[in-house]
Amino acid sequence: MSGRSIAPTTRWLLRSNSALVIAFLYAPIILLAVYSFSGSRIPGEWGGFTTEWYARLFDDSRIQKTIGVSVRVALVSTVIATVLGTMSALALERFKFRGRRVFDALLYLPIIIPDVTMAVMMLMFFTQAFDLVDLLFGLGLSKGFATIVVSHVAFNIAFVSVVVRARIAGMDATLEQAAADLYANRWQAFRYVTLPLIAPGVLGGALLAITLSLDDVVVTQFVAGPGSTTLPVYVFSLIRKGVTPTINAVSVIMLLASLTLVAGSVALQRAQAVRGRTNSE
Amino acid sequence: MSLRAVSKHFDDVVAVDSVDLDIGDGEFFALLGPSGCGKTTTLRMIAGLEIPSAGSLKIFGSEVGPLPPNRRPVNTVFQNYALFPHMSVADNVGFGLRMSKTPKADVARRVSEAISLVRMGGMENRRPAQLSGGQQQRVALARALVNRPKVLLLDEPLAALDLKLRQEMQFELKQLQREVGITFVFVTHDQEEALALSDRIGVMDSGRLLQVGTPEEIYDAPVDRFVADFIGRSNFLAGTLEAHDRVCLANGDRVTVPSVADGVVSVGDAVQVSLRPERVMIDRAGAAPEGHASLEGEVATVTFLGNSIVYRVALDWMTIEVETDHRPDLDRHEVGDRVAMWWRDDAIAVVRP
Repeated sequence: MSGRSIAPTTRWLLRSNSALVIAFLYAPIILLAVYSFSGSRIPGEWGGFTTEWYARLFDDSRIQKTIGVSVRVALVSTVIATVLGTMSALALERFKFRGRRVFDALLYLPIIIPDVTMAVMMLMFFTQAFDLVDLLFGLGLSKGFATIVVSHVAFNIAFVSVVVRARIAGMDATLEQAAADLYANRWQAFRYVTLPLIAPGVLGGALLAITLSLDDVVVTQFVAGPGSTTLPVYVFSLIRKGVTPTINAVSVIMLLASLTLVAGSVALQRAQAVRGRTNSE
Repeated sequence: MSLRAVSKHFDDVVAVDSVDLDIGDGEFFALLGPSGCGKTTTLRMIAGLEIPSAGSLKIFGSEVGPLPPNRRPVNTVFQNYALFPHMSVADNVGFGLRMSKTPKADVARRVSEAISLVRMGGMENRRPAQLSGGQQQRVALARALVNRPKVLLLDEPLAALDLKLRQEMQFELKQLQREVGITFVFVTHDQEEALALSDRIGVMDSGRLLQVGTPEEIYDAPVDRFVADFIGRSNFLAGTLEAHDRVCLANGDRVTVPSVADGVVSVGDAVQVSLRPERVMIDRAGAAPEGHASLEGEVATVTFLGNSIVYRVALDWMTIEVETDHRPDLDRHEVGDRVAMWWRDDAIAVVRP
């Protein structure tokens, strides 16, 4: 494209198109951020600059509690999903075993099926499982923190696995053979050769998992129990009572958290790419 | 090191078919063959990267067949070198020593010895990606040799280098082997490389080890048509072995051949006589000296190669290629000339067809 002259009409059309796309994408975000500082109770009406909503947010013990739950769920489920996802990626890329193709197909399922289906599935699973446990051991289990974590792990394994697999596929398998030839046992070969080389993929997968876990509303809403609500689910329930500027403030904070995570992962990948380039020079 | 009836199957495919092989201590041994002949699989079985389907594999008298690679006294130089990209040269070289729990001070000393052995001093902190192909090759050698293996395995070690560097590294490899004095087993499809480097060569095809011998034996006295054809060029004259030193050619001529070793072919078998183009003398028709088997034919093509001339001479039952020196004292023959060809009795070899 560069170097070729573009007709003025085409240029004008392209520019308007870009402007529209950017407006569609970012205008709501800007409005959201701006009105989180508005002094008026009614959304969409400017009532002078205030940080009252943020202050109220930090006084609200309910919101703080849900933030706490969200963060703990995200951390625990991410750690578990990253370990299991990396292991399944390694199994699929490096080993041949019976049922490998079936496992491969099943692993992708959580990415494809709708959230609601996943949510209903998890809910039914827990109900049945708890009934069974109650019947066998007489333990009355109920939904709560653990069920949310298990559900998030269930869908995050798939995403972590996809990201890590791409990295493993790009890695030369003879490196592991070389490690074995140099007296490394399986674990040492993984620890000193495979893991450092796939680390960017593992970290990328973990960041994706933490983001998905923090954002999830649908699945969490089905499997959450009393007293263990995550922030997005709580915000969703607040909206039903009517939108208040507090929700704007919460949303801005969630947005900033997501942006930080994404920026972190991009920066990490860029650093990796730069190091790769200097290596090859 | 000894291999006895070692085989490897991948599902239904026989990659290595009952190979028997002994390699002596301190020998420079080449496994030579076309791609897919099983030579790399054989090497990988010695390294422990493949487990033999059948047979016994001993190194210094102890059975290693089912042992994993990290528990064998061998190290490998991989075809693509397989240097760890996230480690410096020094860390790459020291990897094996660290894995085998060598004391730290020893690691540092032996790493720097190995690095200077391959003349890579001053490059310790570079990453593999910052090195040229030849330098990566040297690091791979140092990384293997630093562990003082009893056997060093090399998988097409020079294939990734360009011609000039390859010739240089051939020389260095030979030198290095003399210095360290351990057994080198290397796999190659390049017959010149095998001839130039090795003490002995094993020629493989379709999973079978066809012949083992010194480069001279392999070249001068091949026992199999494939061996004669793969190493150098050769004419193959069909015939029948009438006595252990006489072959009746397809045109009815009888030629004297060097005594055929037992077990290769037996009297009465259909055989082929391998005749190297440069071992055939050529002159005007009727000029063949007495007492030699000779053939007469008509020159079909003449190819000038600078230091030599290649004639293709048409007989009524086959075409023979003859290579002569390009010298002013030798007559040059032209297309259509009638010529006579003869050879010394010991210049030919009887091979399995």
